[in-house]
Amino acid sequence: MIANELKKRALELLADGTVKRVLGWQKGEFEHDWSPALFETAEEMKGFVYGKYAGANLSKYCLKLNKEEGKTLVMLKPCDTYSFNQLLHEHRLNRENFYIIGVGCKGMEDQNGLLMKCTCCKGKVFELSDEVIDDEESRQPMPEVDRFEQVAKLEQMTHQERFEFWRNELSRCIRCNACRNVCPACTCVKCVFDNPGSGIASKANVTDFEENMFHIIRAYHVAGRCTDCGECSRVCPQNIPLHLLNRKFIKDMNELYGEYQAGEGAEERTPMTSYTLEDVEPGIVHERGNE
Amino acid sequence: MMRKFAANKVEDIIKAIPMPVYAPIEENGMVQYDRFEEGAKLNLDTCKTEKSPKDLLFPQWEDMMHFRMEGKTISITEQERCSQDYVLFGARACDLKAFEVLDRVFLVDPVDTYYAARRAHGIVVALACGEPEDTCFCGVFGIDPANPTADVVMWKVGEEYYAEAQTKRGEELMANWETQEADAAALEPVKAEIGKKLAEKPFANLNLEGLDGDHMMEMFRSAQWKKLSMACLGCGSCTFVCPTCQCYDIRDYDSGKDIQRYRCWDSCMYSDFTLMAHGTNRPTQVERYRQRFMHKLCYYPANNEGLYSCVGCGRCVRKCPMNLNIVKVIKALGEEKK
Ligand code: SF4
Ligand code: SF4
Ligand code: SF4
Ligand code: SF4
Repeated sequence: MIANELKKRALELLADGTVKRVLGWQKGEFEHDWSPALFETAEEMKGFVYGKYAGANLSKYCLKLNKEEGKTLVMLKPCDTYSFNQLLHEHRLNRENFYIIGVGCKGMEDQNGLLMKCTCCKGKVFELSDEVIDDEESRQPMPEVDRFEQVAKLEQMTHQERFEFWRNELSRCIRCNACRNVCPACTCVKCVFDNPGSGIASKANVTDFEENMFHIIRAYHVAGRCTDCGECSRVCPQNIPLHLLNRKFIKDMNELYGEYQAGEGAEERTPMTSYTLEDVEPGIVHERGNE
Repeated sequence: MMRKFAANKVEDIIKAIPMPVYAPIEENGMVQYDRFEEGAKLNLDTCKTEKSPKDLLFPQWEDMMHFRMEGKTISITEQERCSQDYVLFGARACDLKAFEVLDRVFLVDPVDTYYAARRAHGIVVALACGEPEDTCFCGVFGIDPANPTADVVMWKVGEEYYAEAQTKRGEELMANWETQEADAAALEPVKAEIGKKLAEKPFANLNLEGLDGDHMMEMFRSAQWKKLSMACLGCGSCTFVCPTCQCYDIRDYDSGKDIQRYRCWDSCMYSDFTLMAHGTNRPTQVERYRQRFMHKLCYYPANNEGLYSCVGCGRCVRKCPMNLNIVKVIKALGEEKK
């Protein structure tokens, strides 16, 4: 079993001093409510678990651990490695501070079944790792689906319909910022929305329209860096389909600049941060708009 | 006096109430307190709404006043206070106990007049919890979901609702409801069943021993906070869905010509919470996390004759994206005591 092997290997690496701590998952109060957790001793490792409820992407926690002394062992599922890799591209993490075990994944669940992110899995390739612990079953790809299907539907709507769709979805937002805080692409040391000196800092805004703008601004800010890890939608307590905003940007980039997957490979430049003569002109906005 | 009516008549009763009614409404698969309007999907069977009815008394954001500069004069327009009676329909025992917790914050000197007006104009119709959820642990705090305190209390008995006015306002409200006389004795088995169900829930036997105002420093200094808070995102969802969380911020929105002063919920889980000129006194998420639970289980009871400011509604258990919650805190700190 992957979980047993993982635990055994983690204990070895702790014991021989290769790593100082292990970032993994622990059980909760119910069957399904696992949490990310840090283990520093063999005793603590007794609480370590891995399995179908290990959906949380641990990459974001690495930002904090990057400053700790000694190496951290971090367990990354295939999709999580994209987030980690993207953070490396952005020089937010030092590779040498981490020992990465790529862990085989058979699709993650919560109490409502398969996670949305796993319904459009990027595949079972690890972008980076020091070693991989998996098994035959976890190497099987998840069923193929078109992750842009819903975006395409939104594109078919009129401006007014689309506006209403988003106004309605975003009207539920309570501005807890869980989506931002969990996002591995949101790594500003101080988010502009948390800065009282910025003039737009707001826990809740004066109008709900301004509130809606938060999400659009955030989507712009992570465009080209969002790996589509699906954490924002997973954590939203109000079930807002935030991934659709990000996927719209990804789809547009794919169409206008060529297929691109953030967090893949070693290339640090993104379509948004590089210029080529073939780049579309700003006027494309008018050409592509539909009524 | 106990009255009863057929369960399928409940919408008619709500529609006949001659003032705004706020009730649990289902939309997009989520049940939230909202204004009942023709066509809305009433859901009285779900015991735990996503957010609590706290919003009715203390909305997530509200206008307080406007300032406008014209030449050299500044005009100030104050927001009007709530002046119309309304009904909160279907509220549960835990959420109503939470109103008591809020009252002790907003209604003491200096009284918060925005809150006070809303509180005074609200008529509360409570509903006993026929189906407590796995995350419910109100009983741990001495709350009885079978006997809420309100102007009118309702119980579902088979395909009927039993209803009883507990205050004069409740009697007035019920005066024009179409009901029949009922025998209160029929409620006893229903109440007993609720108690039995709650006692079988996973958190029914949480032990609060050693967690109170008298153990402040031991709780504060516990070595466990670091581990407990490790996965916390600082998102504040737990504070926003919590019926007793009461912190707010007052901000000015400056459009250049005028200023809108508004109040919005704040959260001790946020990095800029009570930020002062000297910086912040809770520099990391460990201290922020500790603050939330110390407030619920220690500071508040220390200042309010032992009353906890957690009512065991279990919303933070259900909502935390990282599955951290007050139950884990109670277990971990309680364990230390043994
Ligand atoms: S998206 Fe794929 S790799 Fe990621 S958790 Fe889901 S199934 Fe596993
Ligand atoms: S997680 Fe959901 S509710 Fe919270 S700020 Fe993001 S969209 Fe809004
Ligand atoms: S702390 Fe959690 S369980 Fe307690 S009242 Fe608040 S949301 Fe409910
Ligand atoms: S405890 Fe959970 S819900 Fe509360 S701030 Fe932390 S991550 Fe968010």
